[in-house]
Amino acid sequence: MIEAFGLTKRYGAKTAVHNLSFQVRPGTVTGFLGPNGSGKSTTMRMILGLDTPTSGRVTIGGIPFRQVPNAPRHVGALLDAKAVHGGRSARQHLLCLAQLSGIPARRVDEVLGVVGLQDVARKRSNGFSLGMGQRLGIAAALLGDPQVLLFDEPVNGLDPEGILWVRNLMKQLAAEGRTVFVSSHLMSEMALTAEHLIVIGRGQLLADMSVKDFISANSADFARVRTPDTEPELREKLGSLLGEAGAQVVPEQDGALRVSGLPLPRISDLAHDADIRLWELSPHQASLEEAYMQLTQGVVDYRSTTDQRAGLQQQAPGHAPQGMGVPGQPPQGYAAPQPGPYGQPGHPGQPHPGAQGQPNPYAQGPGGAPGQGYPPPAGQGSPYGHPNPYGQPQPGPQAAAPAPMPPAAQPAAPADISEPHTEDAR
Amino acid sequence: MAAVSRVLTSEWTKIRSVRSTVWTLGIALVVTVALGALICLLASNDFGTMSPRDRIAFDPTNISFAGMGLGQLAMIVFGVLVVSNEYSTGMIRTSLAAVPQRGTFLFGKVAVAALLALVVSFVTAFLSFFVGQAMLGTHAASLGDPGVLRAVVGGGLYMTLIAVFSMGVATMLRSPMPALGILMPFFFLISNILGNVSATEKIGWYLPDQAGHKVMQVVAPAGDEVPYGPWGGFAIMLAWTVAALLCGYLLLKRRDA
Repeated sequence: MIEAFGLTKRYGAKTAVHNLSFQVRPGTVTGFLGPNGSGKSTTMRMILGLDTPTSGRVTIGGIPFRQVPNAPRHVGALLDAKAVHGGRSARQHLLCLAQLSGIPARRVDEVLGVVGLQDVARKRSNGFSLGMGQRLGIAAALLGDPQVLLFDEPVNGLDPEGILWVRNLMKQLAAEGRTVFVSSHLMSEMALTAEHLIVIGRGQLLADMSVKDFISANSADFARVRTPDTEPELREKLGSLLGEAGAQVVPEQDGALRVSGLPLPRISDLAHDADIRLWELSPHQASLEEAYMQLTQGVVDYRSTTDQRAGLQQQAPGHAPQGMGVPGQPPQGYAAPQPGPYGQPGHPGQPHPGAQGQPNPYAQGPGGAPGQGYPPPAGQGSPYGHPNPYGQPQPGPQAAAPAPMPPAAQPAAPADISEPHTEDAR
Repeated sequence: MAAVSRVLTSEWTKIRSVRSTVWTLGIALVVTVALGALICLLASNDFGTMSPRDRIAFDPTNISFAGMGLGQLAMIVFGVLVVSNEYSTGMIRTSLAAVPQRGTFLFGKVAVAALLALVVSFVTAFLSFFVGQAMLGTHAASLGDPGVLRAVVGGGLYMTLIAVFSMGVATMLRSPMPALGILMPFFFLISNILGNVSATEKIGWYLPDQAGHKVMQVVAPAGDEVPYGPWGGFAIMLAWTVAALLCGYLLLKRRDA
């Protein structure tokens, strides 16, 4: 059991952790979530007695870490996977830690086997990948067979197989009755691993609840309703009907409606009474990722702004040769077609919604204000750089504004001398 | 006490398992002995052309340690790396999480490294002496001559303290670059300059390396006004070393790891 009481850490004028109180209970995996720079690692270091809190205290089993007798046998920690002397082999690294904690040397070989590094145990660790480093760090945490385990970002750099392994290891350790405290900035990972969540932002506690409660507290269920594409007036009709019945209706990019505040059977009844056919009526739950983003929106330290590419843009929209170029031909270079599960704007051949001149993939859609970087406007990649695994469009006004998209599938037009980007076509 | 023996075994494993240990200590030994031998050979050839004044002040023991000025730089690197490796790799957090008693950790580490440095230093000092005397031929001193054994033992102790002093400074500064950046030029240049300029000569007497050099002298140089004897000089150097370690310890104790 880890308990923090009013934990505060200041570095000069900057407050890294502010008045943090929480409990980490044995028998479950507790996820410790927060954006980068929110104070997770500082809190972990304070738990381990490495950093002294400015005020407040944190105890393990009721005792401050530095007074825990034979601490390494009770508390194991992975703080930094790279914290290994590169010239030392994995086995020597673990051996000196084992000797430091009075653990017999044969335990070193055991944990090397547990993390799957037995084959490279005698190789110098500067050749290790980040994933192997994480495994070595986890081995170090497991050395003393401790009852309390802390892991700071243990899945960073691991391959999918490694992530699955860590996830199962955490669950297994918790099932054995141990206290397992895992920090991460990946909500999706924690949703699968942890049962309990402690969320911090800018060093302050944002949430301390079970994963289940977290989702229901921070997100609303909604229904996706789709009327036949061929009869757009039905969609208008149903939208106003549902609005009158007290639902919030948000049109989605692909023509469906996102309806919240009404149970599914009621939506069906209303549609039936109005003689509107439905092509889709499906229940959805906002993902944990969305709930997390919503919660931490105000406390993200590092926001990206839209890259304006000042002076780097090869073809400014205003200078596009009007009518001479090939409408719809994508500018070359880094204009990757924007893929993704967000609707299907810009079918080949379909007239471009905002195409007065050249389509510019960098141009903001009408709804996406420049500078609004986080969360990004609909149609751009997810903030984590991978497609949102939950496959739901971002809510909000942007959803109505299809992002201009270069129809990559369109066959390239014959090269035109006046077209400025045809060097490699000739 | 269990914690002390654990730190000692663990630190022994750490120091054994990095290559820099062998490299730095090996270079310290080879450079000191080889350079000392070379300078002894040159001095032996020049002896005939020396002024009578220089002949009286000729110290065959001390001149066989002439390579130490360069060899000690490798000793400094050894001392700095032993401590700052923990910081540059981030291992310090893992170590201090395992041994929350920071004093035990630091002094255990310093003890192991100092003992290893002591062994290498004594081998270096005796080897330098014997090789050097062999080069000097007829002008050589013998270990039985008054003050000679003290000077050779002193040479071993001097090199050890240089390493330990560097460990103390590295504990204060944590990162290897500033520690080496301060220690190397200080011992190689600044201390010599201060000692050779008459205005600052008296300051130079009390610097760790110049004071420590006194213990390696058998014959005092002409016009020597230094107000302390061989062991007095050694005590000054020891005081510097203790102070550096103590400052390092206090900082380690109070600082966030």
